[in-house]
Amino acid sequence: MATKILMPKLSDTMNEGIILKWLKKEGEKVKQGETLVEIESDKADMELEAYDSGVLRKILVPDGGKAGIGAPIGIIAGANEDITGLLIEAPLFPQKTEAIEASKKESPTSLPLSPSQPGTTADVTDGSVKASPLAKRLALENKIELRSITGSGPQGRVIKRDIELLVGREQPISAKVLASIIPGGHRDVELSLIRKTIAKRMQESKQTVPHFYVTVEIDMEPTISFREQFNSATETKISFTDILVKAVSSTLMQHPTINATYLGNTIRQFGEAHIAVAVALDDGLVTPVMRNCEQKTILQINSELHDLAERARSRKLKPEEYQGATFTISNLGMFGVEDFVAIINPPEGAILAVGSIVEKPVVKKGQIVIGHTMKVTLSSDHRIIDGAVAARFLQDLKNLMEKPIALML
Amino acid sequence: MPVVSYREALNQAMDEEMARDERVFLMGEEVAQYNGAYKVSQGLLAKYGPKRIIDTPIAEAGFAGIGIGSAMVGLRPIVEFMSWNFSLVAFDQIVNNAAKMLSMSGGNFNVPIVFRGPGGAAHNLAATHSQALESLYAHFPGLKVVMPSNPRDAKGLLKTAIRDNNPVIFIESEVMYGEKGEIPEGEYTIPFGTGDIVREGKDVTIVSWSKILQHITTKAVSRLAEENISVELIDPRTIKPMDWELIFNSVKKTNRLVIVEEGWPFAGVGAQISHEVSNHCFDFLDAPIERVTQEDVPLPYVHNLEVASLPNIQKVIRAVRKVMYLD
Repeated sequence: MATKILMPKLSDTMNEGIILKWLKKEGEKVKQGETLVEIESDKADMELEAYDSGVLRKILVPDGGKAGIGAPIGIIAGANEDITGLLIEAPLFPQKTEAIEASKKESPTSLPLSPSQPGTTADVTDGSVKASPLAKRLALENKIELRSITGSGPQGRVIKRDIELLVGREQPISAKVLASIIPGGHRDVELSLIRKTIAKRMQESKQTVPHFYVTVEIDMEPTISFREQFNSATETKISFTDILVKAVSSTLMQHPTINATYLGNTIRQFGEAHIAVAVALDDGLVTPVMRNCEQKTILQINSELHDLAERARSRKLKPEEYQGATFTISNLGMFGVEDFVAIINPPEGAILAVGSIVEKPVVKKGQIVIGHTMKVTLSSDHRIIDGAVAARFLQDLKNLMEKPIALML
Repeated sequence: MPVVSYREALNQAMDEEMARDERVFLMGEEVAQYNGAYKVSQGLLAKYGPKRIIDTPIAEAGFAGIGIGSAMVGLRPIVEFMSWNFSLVAFDQIVNNAAKMLSMSGGNFNVPIVFRGPGGAAHNLAATHSQALESLYAHFPGLKVVMPSNPRDAKGLLKTAIRDNNPVIFIESEVMYGEKGEIPEGEYTIPFGTGDIVREGKDVTIVSWSKILQHITTKAVSRLAEENISVELIDPRTIKPMDWELIFNSVKKTNRLVIVEEGWPFAGVGAQISHEVSNHCFDFLDAPIERVTQEDVPLPYVHNLEVASLPNIQKVIRAVRKVMYLD
């Protein structure tokens, strides 16, 4: 079937892309999954793979040309298939696209919530989702919204394996394989979709974002007693993470330079704190996002985080629930980790790595006493954040955590 | 269990049924003096004599018609076509007399006749002598179509065909006549409409029959197994009646179906299977049903084009990978 190749959205902040180089010529055969074209987005140069097999019949945007997200850049079809209909639909480069127009109207603080690669989600242009009959039935049985699923079949068709991945019916590959590795032997484990995504995104981050790290130690005594008082007064028992999310959100409002994203020629600073919290899964991790934490109470954060983490573990998050964060918190304290550094999750500008609360001798008023401290490490994108800026943010966060009553203001 | 060739299995079926029922007789070109063009009737003339093993002139419409008439008045003829391609000369007799007589006589005349012979392509026999005609005959109400893929089924199904009170189209394969296989000891029959799970699997269902099943599909299935693709291979054995439940249950398990047949694509048997499955298993399908058929052209004589035109192992593997979204 003849299909248009559309300019993909390669990052949350991308509006248009530049064709760096077509790797296939017009008339050349293309297999699904083969690299088709190199595209420059606002963040990185990326390779676009073919979603369908066929022949690259027409290049609509040549090397060096620009196209808005969703604009057709080429056509894949059978060798002798009639593509005149598609050619009429897709005017030749150069062109103005609605995608660019629309993005200009976006308010500066709003984050796009769409999945990062629209080409792979079920095609909803005509209002319907492409899904196999079986996938539709399974989605219904598992109460999953089909629209929220990224289809891995042709043209984004949602198929059985997409649903199974979501409901976690497929055994985590690592568990299956570890059990059967012969001592002294090895086994090649196929990447799960989630593993692929993590691999791709983390590699992209570490290769394109210049990281630097600043660590600060926080006296946790005040927060510990704050939490005890809080929990003795309410039925809900809040966690240190809940308190930390609130403290980070409040501090971010004072430091828009940290709550920001790099756009190449501009820096976009956000007036709201959408906080992602990393949740570990058997074969990867997800980062559910709590929106507008700056406006939420600790209790609200507690119940929302509880719900999101639960659904993250059962793989029932919708894409908008794990995308669009402005800042991420990763906590390994529960494993006894004292401190560590985290990799920034683009397009965010920073991530906070949280260690455990450690009981140790501290000096207070000239006396050595037993205290409780916690180390946090901020990884920052040096393109937009400098060392002193990161240090001031951590200083304010530390001050707030050490006077947590201010969180109630 | 005894091991016999496909032709020996057919021979045993006719021999046993002729011994069991004296109304059964065989006629066709070269079936008597020459012991059969493909030696399927070997030894039968000597055993049963010229009244029951009858050589006919090269006149298919004539001897098919005589067979139908004799069946109407109480005999149980087996009519051998040297090739199913020649049945086209007797098409009117089979379609308009054998198939319709019971209905048009108000139930007064059964036509207990078996038309049998080799069908499909052998090798370099060109367009007019290489045809897979099962979908053509399955089209007509009143005809049963049987296509055994091995000696065991050939014997069991031919005995059932001879005992059936209605016309049966029994399509064998020239290139399978010499192939050997185990058959059960002693007397046995195989009822029509009961398919066979040739190989159990979990990833994809393939329905295939006759020579293509043996020569193409099973080989493709073995190759796919090396790639850890587990195919459930179903041999329906009779095209009409078809064992729908067997196919439906398999598709409900694997969620995918590929049909591999020798005939042409348009209005082929696979088209009917595809319809029934999408109708009965709609909510179980995870991919569009794929078919592997002969290309939609008269079969070329020349070897390389003949191979390219017929179903082959690569085409089957491609279709399976497609329904599994692996390509």
